[in-house]
Amino acid sequence: MNNEQTTIEFRGVGFALPNGRTLLADLNLAVNSGETLVLLGRSGSGKTTTMKLINRLLDPTSGEVRVEGKPTVEWDPIRLRRRVGYVIQEIGLFPHLTIEQNIGVVPRLEGWEPERIRTRARELLVMVGLDPDRFAGRLPRELSGGQRQRVGVARALAADPPIILLDEPFGALDPITRREIQREFRSLQAKLHKTLVFVTHDIGEAFVLASRIALLKDGQMILLGPPAELLASSHPEARAFADCFLDAQSIGRAT
Amino acid sequence: MSFVDFLLSNGHEALELVLEHLFLVVVSTGIAILIGVPLGILLTRKPGLSKPVLGFANIMQTVPSLALFGFLIPLNLYLFHVKIVGGIGARTAIVALVLYSLLPIIRNTFTGISGVDPAIREAGRGMGMTDRQLLFQVELPLALGVIIAGVRVATVICVGTATIAAAIDAGGLGRYIFRGLRANDNVLILAGAVPAALIALAADLLLGTVERVMRLGEAVKGKRILWGAVFALVLVGMIGVTNLFSGKGAERVAVGSKDFTEQVILGELLAQAIETKTALKVERRFDLGGSLAHEALIAGEIDIYVEYTGTALLAILKGRPSSDPQDVFKRVKADYASRFKLEWAEPLGFNNTFAILVRGEDAQRLGLKTVSDAAKISAQWRAGFGQDFMSRADGYPGFAKTYGLRFQETREMDLSLTYRALAEKQVDLIAGNSTDGLISRYRLFQLEDDRHYFPPYDAVPVARQTALDKHPALRGVLKQLGGILTVEEMRKLNYAVDGAKRQAKDVVGDFLKQKGWAVNPGSDPQNRPAQ
Repeated sequence: MNNEQTTIEFRGVGFALPNGRTLLADLNLAVNSGETLVLLGRSGSGKTTTMKLINRLLDPTSGEVRVEGKPTVEWDPIRLRRRVGYVIQEIGLFPHLTIEQNIGVVPRLEGWEPERIRTRARELLVMVGLDPDRFAGRLPRELSGGQRQRVGVARALAADPPIILLDEPFGALDPITRREIQREFRSLQAKLHKTLVFVTHDIGEAFVLASRIALLKDGQMILLGPPAELLASSHPEARAFADCFLDAQSIGRAT
Repeated sequence: MSFVDFLLSNGHEALELVLEHLFLVVVSTGIAILIGVPLGILLTRKPGLSKPVLGFANIMQTVPSLALFGFLIPLNLYLFHVKIVGGIGARTAIVALVLYSLLPIIRNTFTGISGVDPAIREAGRGMGMTDRQLLFQVELPLALGVIIAGVRVATVICVGTATIAAAIDAGGLGRYIFRGLRANDNVLILAGAVPAALIALAADLLLGTVERVMRLGEAVKGKRILWGAVFALVLVGMIGVTNLFSGKGAERVAVGSKDFTEQVILGELLAQAIETKTALKVERRFDLGGSLAHEALIAGEIDIYVEYTGTALLAILKGRPSSDPQDVFKRVKADYASRFKLEWAEPLGFNNTFAILVRGEDAQRLGLKTVSDAAKISAQWRAGFGQDFMSRADGYPGFAKTYGLRFQETREMDLSLTYRALAEKQVDLIAGNSTDGLISRYRLFQLEDDRHYFPPYDAVPVARQTALDKHPALRGVLKQLGGILTVEEMRKLNYAVDGAKRQAKDVVGDFLKQKGWAVNPGSDPQNRPAQ
């Protein structure tokens, strides 16, 4: 890690529902500028909660989350969210807006000139591998799942935010498309130098994309480190994920 | 004559009624949208309010429209010196129609926005939309199809309910329907009902198309249609509102009438007499149902109408019954002056009492002369009475008790339908009015009130004292009208309209000429078509 500047920091963060159920307990975690941190875990492990604490869709019930050195509760949530790109599963595209309009949402909120928004949207479509002339004017439902997901990524990049959050963005895709889009995303990552926080339950995806992996179970972080560290760990949850990965590898080799 | 022929030969008047109807519907639905959509949005923000607000809107829809009109007329609410509610006419009708159309609009706005996929809403929030941006850029566009479906339901309800607005002189196609019911004229009823149904169908089709386009998410096309509709709505609304609130000339006298033929004739008689003898302009506000004419007079919406002494004594003053005409007249005159500041003029000369009627053939066959004769066989008979007769103090309950009547069946229906029901043998005895032209048309026989149950119903113009003081010439006209009509003459006039299908305006004009008045009808372009 050559750049150790911290962009996002969790300090003893806990989050509990009003009914008292704890979703996240005493999380300490620093995300460095330019790295891709993958939050890995089973359903209900607290990954998405962790992510929503970053853009203030949730406020911590204990501890604090700092973004660019400032606690999130001191940020104006609207300003904060416009500095943080957000990609969720494909349904996050607005069904009543064209692809170009979907990509242009944040720039429009930021008051860009229409011509500049248009140029930016077309530029991003090219970047995610979609032909602007064919796709710009279509509606989301006229696209395949993979195409929609690319649009989702393009939309998060639109206003060039320094931080991007991705919540299982490729979860609904078939395995082949998924693999393709992961590879493309990785090369995009290398070009962009953004700080990325990526939620997934797919260990394979985590290995392809992660600088570091944070493994979560029942609201607790049980491991934080580069992918190799996860494979070496003796923690039963880490082993469960690692075995999963190794099985897939060995099946891959056998065929 | 079919109703199509009727519409063709009365094209101008029919078109005017269609326009009045459209005006009522468009303005009411427009206001309901302006209130209902923001209210629906508010409910999505404050879900605790949804139960009371939707509950209120629900109750409003179940209130019978005539009852709601009756409740609104005496209200007289002002906002910035502009009258909002109260009185007869389009204004009150619009308030009622708005109340009726609110429910589907509020409900659909609420469910439409609540139904937006939470993931989409969260995507918007996550991208840094403020609550307002989320509402206008995401939630409302996505809910628009559902909201328009609500507007569609509201519009269709409105087209139907607006026909009843004719009962409080708000115009529209209901005029033909009420007029047709009164005159037992199917052609007239159809002339009102068919165009109203066509308007409802057209509105349903049009809004259905808009709704489908919006649901498909064809944002650009849908928006263009929607803006066009909004523009048209605002335009019609503005024209309407300026019409509605434009001040009425000071030198006008508003003449009212209740909603049956004789009353329209008497209203026309007052109107033409005033037009002939004074320089005042007359505004005709006829066809006021139930006790609306009295309420409109008190509210100052009309200046004068013809009331019956017995009705005033029993139904309005709730006084002790009496069979002495002089006594009744004196009592109502004194009480009206002190309680309402209303003045009774000279009686017109005839007594329109309740007439207990049977078919002439039955009377002959069974040798019936009096109500007492009929009471003996009443157990085998079916009776049909108007709502008014069933509920009033001098109506059915006391009548049945006095004569010991016990019918096999008692049916309550609109007064205008009772004559036809009797003629068509659906009932055997009805309570009509002694001056009714239909009595001779259907060859009915009036049984004598041998126990003198019914009080006298002398027809007398009642006017607001302030109006008489402001226009002293009116008193002179009213004096000249004293004793102008006998029962026979009244029955003839009624028959000329109900039976011979002549226009009330012409009938009254001829009558006044015959009485030696130099009549000059129709000089005022504002005159409504004769009833």
